Amino acid sequence: MESGAPLFRMEGISKRYGGVRALENAELSVRTGAIHAVLGENGAGKSTLIKIMAGVVAADEGQMTLDGQPVTFASPAAANAAGIACVFQELSLIPELSVADNIVIFNPPTRFGMIDRKAQRRLAEEALARAGAADIHPLALVKDLPLSRQQIVEIAKALARKPRILILDEATSALTAADVSKVFAVLKRLRSEGLALVYISHRMNEIAELADDCTVFRNGSKVASYPAGTRSDSEVIEMMIGREYHSVYPPKPGPLAPAAPVLETRNLSWANRLHDISFSLRAGEIVGLGGLDGQGQRDLLLALFGVLRGLRGTVLVDGRAISIGSPAQARRHGIGMALIPEDRKTEGLMLPMTVRDNLSLASLDRLTRGGIIDRAKEESAIDRMMTLLSIKAGNIDAPVGALSGGNQQKVVIAKWLMRQPRIVLLNDPTRGIDVGTKQEIYQLLRRLADEGAAILFYSTDYAELIGCCDRVLVLYDGAVKRELAGPEITERALIASALNIPSADPSHREPIQ
Amino acid sequence: MNDWRYRLTEHRGTLAAVAIFVVMFIIYTSNHPAGFTANVIQTAANKGVLLAFVAMAQTMVVITAGIDLSVGMIFLLTNCLASWLVVGSPLETAFGVFVVLSVGASCGAINGAIVIYGRLQPIVATIATGAVYFGFALLLRPFPGGSVNERLADALTGRIFGVVPASLVALAAVVVVIWVPFSRSVYGRAAYAVGSSETAAYMSGMPIRRGKLLAYTLAGLVAALGGLFLTFFTYTGDAALASGNAYTLFSIAAVVLGGVSLFGGKGSAIGAVFGALAFRTIGDLLFVFDLDPLWQPLFQGLILMAAISLGALALFRVRNRLEWFL
Repeated sequence: MESGAPLFRMEGISKRYGGVRALENAELSVRTGAIHAVLGENGAGKSTLIKIMAGVVAADEGQMTLDGQPVTFASPAAANAAGIACVFQELSLIPELSVADNIVIFNPPTRFGMIDRKAQRRLAEEALARAGAADIHPLALVKDLPLSRQQIVEIAKALARKPRILILDEATSALTAADVSKVFAVLKRLRSEGLALVYISHRMNEIAELADDCTVFRNGSKVASYPAGTRSDSEVIEMMIGREYHSVYPPKPGPLAPAAPVLETRNLSWANRLHDISFSLRAGEIVGLGGLDGQGQRDLLLALFGVLRGLRGTVLVDGRAISIGSPAQARRHGIGMALIPEDRKTEGLMLPMTVRDNLSLASLDRLTRGGIIDRAKEESAIDRMMTLLSIKAGNIDAPVGALSGGNQQKVVIAKWLMRQPRIVLLNDPTRGIDVGTKQEIYQLLRRLADEGAAILFYSTDYAELIGCCDRVLVLYDGAVKRELAGPEITERALIASALNIPSADPSHREPIQ
Repeated sequence: MNDWRYRLTEHRGTLAAVAIFVVMFIIYTSNHPAGFTANVIQTAANKGVLLAFVAMAQTMVVITAGIDLSVGMIFLLTNCLASWLVVGSPLETAFGVFVVLSVGASCGAINGAIVIYGRLQPIVATIATGAVYFGFALLLRPFPGGSVNERLADALTGRIFGVVPASLVALAAVVVVIWVPFSRSVYGRAAYAVGSSETAAYMSGMPIRRGKLLAYTLAGLVAALGGLFLTFFTYTGDAALASGNAYTLFSIAAVVLGGVSLFGGKGSAIGAVFGALAFRTIGDLLFVFDLDPLWQPLFQGLILMAAISLGALALFRVRNRLEWFL
């Protein structure tokens, strides 16, 4: 492993999505025969950086050089041709095709214009063996494989392209421990073969085991690059946080008087995704769900809202064990649950329908008389919500799709508040909306809690959990790893437990090697 | 040996269609007064082959997660065209066949281009083009009529060696010459990939547009082969709207029976061919059981309902209810 001139270099890269800054003057340089770890919080810009590197999106500014020559990639195919292969977080496999079909998909071997199945089979077997997964049958359909094996196929697919630079974006997030160690062996072998590897992971122990170089990103910019092993975990976490606080959060009321929980779960499990989740939620309380993205938070909310089948364990509302079989049951009188979904465009709103129709959609049963919608009643309910949430809609008969993201999100929330729910579940409600609206949502949540609602609030933004929540449950791999309450809710504690490493305390800093 | 298990799973839909057809056909022939004779088989084959061609055409499009509602109209248009052109000396006849097939393929290519480059939804795009194709058919044959090279027609609808129905042999030849190479080509694979997950196919740099265009074009071509055979059977061209619509709808039922997923990415034209033959046998079954013709549509519907319900059984295994809507 010698460190010569960098093989690939990115400098001054900036990228905006609409008004949101994803990357600002970012840089990265990778060398051959080394594994470069890229670290950062959710939304620090790592994925955008990788997408630019792999030709999926184009940077607004900045340049990239490969072997000292400036390069630009117009498409994933162009990046491939230059020798950059990427294993994305979201799988890019085609579910109905076989493993072998998927592996050779970039350039299938042909004979007389038809795909040569024997050659394809051979290539696929080679690639699978190289990825340490010779036990996967090339004829199996991808959709029939468990997620963890699909991830390995994805790696084999990247290797089949004989890349010089291999990027792994959270490539191990879905893997089982046994598969992770296999993948690690593979990655180390590839490193010794002279590949440059870029490795993105939230798991600190993986980075400690694999990485040669590390770069930390925060808010779309590089914070530091350093050789692996020269910084302690707690220093790394500090670099990842480093964010200024605004007092956009309403004051918390302090400890509540003890009361019976409104919602309680005991050993709630589902498929392989949720494991023995037990918690309780009282009236007037805001409980946060923390942890890295995709550790079962969304599944938990869906489970409570009656979307998942085959749940094990008990859900109690007002101390009574109930089984909720659908969202329609969950919102019924006596349960009074509402879920503000993660993706407002597909699960929250009917975009072409008017603001009015969207607002009253979840409460139609209460706004009808003899099966006919009572326009006057609907009007007054809508007016109430528009004022309560100060939704700015030029005309409530305009399609909701024409509103800004923040106002759309308010419509989703208002739609459920119209039912005056007792239990409010929120799935990352502030993603992609402006700061002003966020602040209004925080205040609204607190006011709802003060009026007696019980709120379960999943957010990928740690600052929000700290600012809004009375308690936070940190999930890891579908289980509650830690419960933080009151002053314990700090960014440090959240990140440490999200990464499932023992809480890093600044007073016990490890010596710098 | 282990490979067999995977091959079996891959072709499960097709095998199920073959099984459904075989069972129905055995019940049919064993109750037929004449029994399992060359004559009965030839009649059955000639009835089934037309729908089989149209269903094969439909499959090509359905695999890309599209749907072709103009397929029955291409079938009619090419029938009307053939009743003008596929006549005369062998050379003239050959030229006629060539033109008919080219027109069919062009109709398919137009559908494809509108869907791919115009970004219109296949269902509406093909309703519109289907109406246009029917319009042309009507202009060609305002009244049923025309003729066809009868020697060619009789050769292709008769029996080979007095036993094997020639139409079945032609159908098999089309499967081998068109479907098999297509499904094994890079473009064919792109068509499947697009139907399964268009984003993943795009991210993997597949030729998705050309794959789709080829699928639509071949669909037109195969529908035209169907139109040609219709002319061979009837010796006339007839722009009958009801018949075109019926073929379009039946072709969708046949592909579903044949194990082709309407969501795309899964299934084979061979399954669809057997689906079409099974669909035709449903009608024949009711005939041999001497059912009052008044009841036939009702029972045909019920049997069809039962057969396609088999495919929905998988939904009982879904554990996240949101997946019902995917």
